[in-house]
Amino acid sequence: MPNEIEITINGGQVRVERGTTVAAAILQAGITSFFHSPSGEPRAPLCGMGVCYGCMVTINGETGVLACQTVCAKGMKVVTE
Amino acid sequence: MSHRRMQTSILIAGAGPAGMAAACAASESGARVTLIDLSPTAGGQIWRGAKPSGKLSKQWFERFAKAAPERIQSARIVSAEPEARKLLAELPGNESIAITYEKLILATGARELFLPFPGWTLPGVVGAGGLQALVKSGLDVRGKRVVLAGSGPLLLAVADLLREREANVLLIAEQASSATVNRFGLKLASSPGKLAQAIGLRARLASISYLTGCWVASAQGDGCLRRVQVQQDGRRWTVDCDYLGTGYGLVPNTELAEVLGCSRTCLGVTVDDLQRTSVEGVYCAGEAAGIGGVDKSLVEGVIAGYSATDNPGAAQALFVERARTHKFAKLLNTTFALRAELRSITTPETIVCRCEDVRLSEFDAREGWRDAKLQSRCGMGRCQGRVCGPAVEFLKGWKSSPAKPPIFPARVGTLVADDEVES
Repeated sequence: MPNEIEITINGGQVRVERGTTVAAAILQAGITSFFHSPSGEPRAPLCGMGVCYGCMVTINGETGVLACQTVCAKGMKVVTE
Repeated sequence: MSHRRMQTSILIAGAGPAGMAAACAASESGARVTLIDLSPTAGGQIWRGAKPSGKLSKQWFERFAKAAPERIQSARIVSAEPEARKLLAELPGNESIAITYEKLILATGARELFLPFPGWTLPGVVGAGGLQALVKSGLDVRGKRVVLAGSGPLLLAVADLLREREANVLLIAEQASSATVNRFGLKLASSPGKLAQAIGLRARLASISYLTGCWVASAQGDGCLRRVQVQQDGRRWTVDCDYLGTGYGLVPNTELAEVLGCSRTCLGVTVDDLQRTSVEGVYCAGEAAGIGGVDKSLVEGVIAGYSATDNPGAAQALFVERARTHKFAKLLNTTFALRAELRSITTPETIVCRCEDVRLSEFDAREGWRDAKLQSRCGMGRCQGRVCGPAVEFLKGWKSSPAKPPIFPARVGTLVADDEVES
């Protein structure tokens, strides 16, 4: 599909529609935990608009990136906790 | 990392409806206009994705394309220097930018009000608007079981989107009473456009159960959401679901205004007739100046755009229209005022501050927001109290202190880069 791109989430290949945010791609892949809170609870997006910091992941080696404000780009490597 | 500088005449913070409208008016008045926005595309929360579908958004995106303001997307404003009329922002890829302006229009919008309840930190519990944003940015919800809970018309708009995307919306739980919601419906009759919208929406959502005086008391699941406990009239029952979209209304984003020194009340940034704030050269429009919906944002945006480009005549021509939107805003805010009983959904063990995992019981011996912050680290995490601050204000009546720079966690490099270039 020309309108799809491939990214890697936790080492696995995932195809998403162009324009999809990393947050949507992660949830779409069935992954529920984006990172862990100070007391070790799994956390996932709450606000979806870049305010709550509930969607922090590592993208291409950069930590603490907000997945909900990042659009998937070809070959992107995403890692959740 | 790389740092650059630029200068503009009219700088607009936020590219939602208010910012877009301000940019159109200011550009049409002949000024050099620059928009800076956190999202990858213009449109804000309501017109996210820049794929205009409705008549109103289509019309505005066309006008916006014609106005063609300079745009800086995916930029997070982290600090401001009011005397130097300068904003500092971060861009992806370790880039930063300093922008100096002659006039600044704040169109920073609003965020959702979240009330903490047991289990609200579980993955699968999302803001109602948050779920809408995720769906608009690619999340497939076909066949997913969704409960929506909270207050206000946003719940209905989200339900409509979810229905269109073939999700299974099991329930909309509205905390306001049936009497006030019905009165709201009757009063809409005085604005025919809104009434038609409401009737259309109600018809599309006819098959979805809409309960008033009803809320979610807890969310349960092991590692992620499995079910919610719903409460109405002292009766409780559980509903199995994949997502809970929750939101108890909106909170204006006033942090940037606070750092600039603009006066504000609990309703938002204080503005005069011409959308001028208390700080010279700084204007504010839309939700940041008071929650009221898209029509209010648009007309205030246009007024601010004209006003900032010394075109008060054109601005004044819109005062009547703005007054109409303010009347609707008032009706919205009284109808969906939160009932005091909701304070009891936050149990002592409930995490209030999600960044630092601070529970309500840790506030027991605290005297106010400042004391609670210092003793428990509540509101000291990455979101800087944007989520827990308004919740604590509702639960405890504690007002948070005005924001200080940086207003978002910033790289040290960004904060010193502009001074280094200078020296």
